[in-house]
Amino acid sequence: MLKIGIKDLVKYPFLAEAGEYLGNTGLSLEQLGHPDWKPIVEKAYGRIVVASSGQIYSTDLESLDNDSELLSFLVAIILLKSAGISTLIRRFSLAEARRAERYLQQELLVSREQKNLELPLKIIRDLFAVNVSLDNDEFVIKVPDYLHRAVHFHEKEWKLVNRRVSNGLVYLTAHETVRLIRAELGEYINGKIQSINIVSIPEGFKQRVDDLVLLAKKFSDTTYVSSEYPPCVKHGIEVLEKGENLPHSGRFLLATYLLSKGQTVDQIAPLFKNAPDYNERTTKYQLEHISGASGSGTKYQCPSCEKLRSESLCFAIPDCNGIINPIQFGKKRKNQ
Amino acid sequence: MNEKNVELIESAFKEYYFNRFDLIHVPQRATEREFGYQKFNSGMIRHLVIKNDKDLHLLLMKEIPSDVYCSNAYYTFPNLPMSEKDWKGADLIFDIDAKDLALPCRKDHTFFKCSSCNNSITELQSQCPKCSSTKFDTVSVSCKNCISESKKEVTKLVDILISDLNVKKEQIEIYFSGNEGFHIRVINNDYEQLGSQERADLVDYIMFNGAIPESFGIKRQNNTKALLPTLDEKGWRGRIAKSLFPSKSKTPKITKEIISNGYSAFQIQLEEIKKTMGVKIDPKVTMDIHRIFRLEGSINSKSGLSKIQCTDLNSFDPFLEACLLGDDEVKIMSDCPLQIRLKNKKFGPYKSEIVCLPKYAAVYMLCKGLGNAI
Repeated sequence: MLKIGIKDLVKYPFLAEAGEYLGNTGLSLEQLGHPDWKPIVEKAYGRIVVASSGQIYSTDLESLDNDSELLSFLVAIILLKSAGISTLIRRFSLAEARRAERYLQQELLVSREQKNLELPLKIIRDLFAVNVSLDNDEFVIKVPDYLHRAVHFHEKEWKLVNRRVSNGLVYLTAHETVRLIRAELGEYINGKIQSINIVSIPEGFKQRVDDLVLLAKKFSDTTYVSSEYPPCVKHGIEVLEKGENLPHSGRFLLATYLLSKGQTVDQIAPLFKNAPDYNERTTKYQLEHISGASGSGTKYQCPSCEKLRSESLCFAIPDCNGIINPIQFGKKRKNQ
Repeated sequence: MNEKNVELIESAFKEYYFNRFDLIHVPQRATEREFGYQKFNSGMIRHLVIKNDKDLHLLLMKEIPSDVYCSNAYYTFPNLPMSEKDWKGADLIFDIDAKDLALPCRKDHTFFKCSSCNNSITELQSQCPKCSSTKFDTVSVSCKNCISESKKEVTKLVDILISDLNVKKEQIEIYFSGNEGFHIRVINNDYEQLGSQERADLVDYIMFNGAIPESFGIKRQNNTKALLPTLDEKGWRGRIAKSLFPSKSKTPKITKEIISNGYSAFQIQLEEIKKTMGVKIDPKVTMDIHRIFRLEGSINSKSGLSKIQCTDLNSFDPFLEACLLGDDEVKIMSDCPLQIRLKNKKFGPYKSEIVCLPKYAAVYMLCKGLGNAI
């Protein structure tokens, strides 16, 4: 059986084994409220602050104090759950997912010997019910498992026709394998935090919970409102304003819609400033790509209402009647 | 359709449904599927549950439908409205239709019928020479070439299903559609759960839509031969290699040419390859996970031919094997500008004349709008 060590748990603190490990130490939530444990609460708070700013919390895996690393994750989710602000929980989940993604990718890359691959492949299999295996030093995944995830990406290289496919399997690099499950990893951590039930928290946690409520206010500043936008675009802007994570397909919608309405890349880019994983250079690069100014030169079109419906990004209102693409929204209305 | 025509067709269909129970069965997992049917001159009745062959035969005898359909999807409650059915999965289905293949023979067996006076003309004109109406219906009749070209598409599809997608041969069912093409059904648990979007990407794979040069080793600059596909590769890279490099001896020369011609030229080359190697399936059918699809064994009212399974695709002759209506003679008034071949017999052309035809040919004419019962 696979032995999961404390260092692995530090890398992947959301695993069920992490809870078991802490359970075995006999430490209770009450005890954690004792001033002796204050450094852990501070570490946990710091972890959330880092995540909410869109950064990835880094851990010194060589440090001897692995327990406090692991505990800081647990305390962080208790703080988050007590503050009850879903924006913060989402940002934290995404940042933690990206942190775990780094480790997963490193582990897949460092050595492809079965011994080293066992843990990352187990995580992928256990959490996402996806079997990744090795075929001649390459990672392979079944075609349906691939399709379920890859359809959410808009880049042409993710289309099945642009992958190597044989015998019902798709061939992937380590980076692609991990990239494929990033969104699910975030959802998994988010779901895990949402499902936790906390009756009461120790006094020692309360100040930091209040601080989190204050921190969340930073993300709720309104920056952009226009009544002319269709409801799907409005929804996307609102999600970004709240500083929550808008899925890739939602960002693609905003970018293509605003570009089609004549806005420039420079005008659109600031809209994504609040996104948990915002990076100015990457955002501009991607917007330029979508606009056709760079890359293949293809100017991407705004997705159809049908596609948005299937991606749960449609929030149709009566004014949407008779249109098949969000860019028709204003025009149709004027004609009526 | 006029009442007399309906009467004649329905009596022929009833006879078939009564005599050929052996050919008409509900598909596997019938209780989880939605059934539907249509009668001549009336709308679609759907959301039905038909539990077994007996219930199906009863319905056919009672209603004498013009067309019968069954869902590719499995539901917990197939008889409830769509939003309450609880979708559980769906077979992968494909439709290959000769009319979508852009075949040069189409113009030789397609003609146009005036919507108001029923006059037939072989060349499309701006208005009917008889009544000056400008509306025409397109009618296409049996053609061997269309069938053999459709079979080639089926063969290409089956190859991709087996070698790329790991579908087993015994999981693939091939049917003549009952008119001008083939229906293919794949029963494989791995693909059953795919949603519409996933199926759309699978369609693009099968049709070779959206391929980019980078995936086949050609970047915008600094190209080397190392990334080009090779003959021993599988999937589309292998297929593209076979198309690019017809022989090993020519490979180095062609490789040089590809690299020097650059990105855009290669992109055009891929587009050309798509036209010959991509499988011409109807994307809408495969993407639809709630479709009710023509039921095997039932008659297609566009032709009076049956949708039947092809056990040996190569030798299959739909105008013989799927032409299953009775052969007792009936008189009809026929206006058919082209010759038709059914059950190895030739019929027509007829110019608004009363003819005595075997029932299968008479029904074919009526279904195609090429005649009227008298």
